[in-house]
Amino acid sequence: MNPGEQMNPEDSVNPEARVNPEDPGARVNALDIRGLRLHLPGAARPVLDGVDLTVAPGETVALVGESGSGKTLTSRTALGLLPTGATAEGSVLVDGEDVLTMGPERLRALRTGRAAMIFQDPRAAINPLRRVGDFLTEGVRRTGVMGAADADRRAAELLDAVGLGPELLRRHPGRLSGGMLQRVMIAAALMGDPVLLLADEPTTALDVTSQAEVVALLDRLRERFGTGLLFVTHDLGLAAAISDRVHVMYAGRIVEHGPAEALFERPRHPYTAALLAATPRLDAGRGRLAAIDGQPPDLRQELPGCAFAARCRYATEPCRTEAPAPGPVACHHPLEGSRADD
Amino acid sequence: MTEAVLQVNGLCRSFGSVRAVDEVSFTLPAGGSLGIVGESGSGKTTTARIVVGLEQADAGEVSVRGRARTGRARGRAERLARAREVQMVFQDPYLSLDPRTSVEAVLRETLRLHFPGTDHAARIRELLDQVGLGTRAAEALPRQLSGGQRQRVAIARALAVEPDVLVLDEAVAALDVSVQAQVLNLLADIRERTGVGYLFITHDLGVVRCVTDEVIVMRHGRIVESGPTSQVLDAPQHAYTRLLLESVPRPGWDPERIAAARRAL
Repeated sequence: MNPGEQMNPEDSVNPEARVNPEDPGARVNALDIRGLRLHLPGAARPVLDGVDLTVAPGETVALVGESGSGKTLTSRTALGLLPTGATAEGSVLVDGEDVLTMGPERLRALRTGRAAMIFQDPRAAINPLRRVGDFLTEGVRRTGVMGAADADRRAAELLDAVGLGPELLRRHPGRLSGGMLQRVMIAAALMGDPVLLLADEPTTALDVTSQAEVVALLDRLRERFGTGLLFVTHDLGLAAAISDRVHVMYAGRIVEHGPAEALFERPRHPYTAALLAATPRLDAGRGRLAAIDGQPPDLRQELPGCAFAARCRYATEPCRTEAPAPGPVACHHPLEGSRADD
Repeated sequence: MTEAVLQVNGLCRSFGSVRAVDEVSFTLPAGGSLGIVGESGSGKTTTARIVVGLEQADAGEVSVRGRARTGRARGRAERLARAREVQMVFQDPYLSLDPRTSVEAVLRETLRLHFPGTDHAARIRELLDQVGLGTRAAEALPRQLSGGQRQRVAIARALAVEPDVLVLDEAVAALDVSVQAQVLNLLADIRERTGVGYLFITHDLGVVRCVTDEVIVMRHGRIVESGPTSQVLDAPQHAYTRLLLESVPRPGWDPERIAAARRAL
């Protein structure tokens, strides 16, 4: 697809996807977020401001942003995990069902079944006092999805799928390295046979070479189980390397989205271009980086215009007063490929 | 090449049966910037901590401007003298600053300890200015500052004693890309202006490319490759260096092949 071409959500749907029973013509996305707005008490503007994002079954979509951009909040809403006191507008469909209107019972079933999350720090997410086997099976056993014997069998199968032996079931997490624990976490996420896998910086705490191993593993499992994968990361290079499509977030808004390679090679939103230019790259030379001056906007501050306007070198008057329309490039004056390099 | 400011010879350190640092030697020229790259368990942080004096070596020598700093410091005067030779900036500015002490008080305390009996107000302003912090930040407590600002405070505090060598242990790893670039540029400016030498401990080869003249690649406590940064990164000789380079994600990246290469090594 050409970088200039409009991304249509329907284009990204995998042909093998399930059929929606209410509308047999449409296929159900693993994740379908439309117009998501999240308000927090005390904030002058929504922390998430009109987020649109889809993940088709078997597809990898990356969500890239810096701290405070709302990327983690976005991925957590897919599990119905909203911050205390938050109110949400819009819809967040997981496998066709709106998470925002689910009751506690449905939510629990969702979290042990159709959607699962892999967190950044496996040591913080895995109970150190329980054996790996118990950790893997507790979710499905408590919700009664599987009996004890089935759960044990599934756990051993999945450990094998992530390249670990069944002897690990009897071990305690403290005995395992970070890379091994992250694989245990991935196996745990797959226990309920999810349609959607949310991975929030799953490799940030790992060494570069183990990062490659975990990414290769996620990719293999996604293909084998047909799971949709939303990969949340601050690393634009990693996002471009592993995903089909990339969404870039800034101050609670998606500022640019499109095919990974095009976005990496020819960013069109000034923020994406600035982020790439600020990254110390292996293929660049020595010397000063093109730093982005200033700070992301404060939550206490209203944003009538473009969220990036205060730091954007191309900003003009309308940028400060009028929010750009959402789209592949939410910008009043998108860059033409060549401008990104200067 | 100019005079060596930091010289490390045959450094060894074991923890139980693990040889964390094994015969490590290198030289940092005055005003130079040397990177140490490696993964967890490579011994890069232990090496840095021995250089700073936070950890003792089992064997080997560390000297700054020809003065040995191996073995424990004897007495307060020697401890302070050593602190003026080498300073360290840690990865996490949330942990390395006292949450109850304002920025100005942090700097004043350091200056009072090392340079008693002089007026510090002007020097504090100069330091804040050097790291790009305004007078408003001077009165702030660490929690009122952003991660990047906090790291600037940690750098200002380290520079306060006018050290010969600044050891930066993953000092930009916890920062957002846009802020990281600001701090890396700042560090380049400071080196140019003050002639301080950097020992840059990092896992990020992009950062190494950007801020170092020379680089050491460590694995399992040993140096597997060393040389001018551009040479090591453009024409790596050791299979492990090549693996590290290939592991950096980019479009068209093949994690499956890297994982296989890692197992083969």
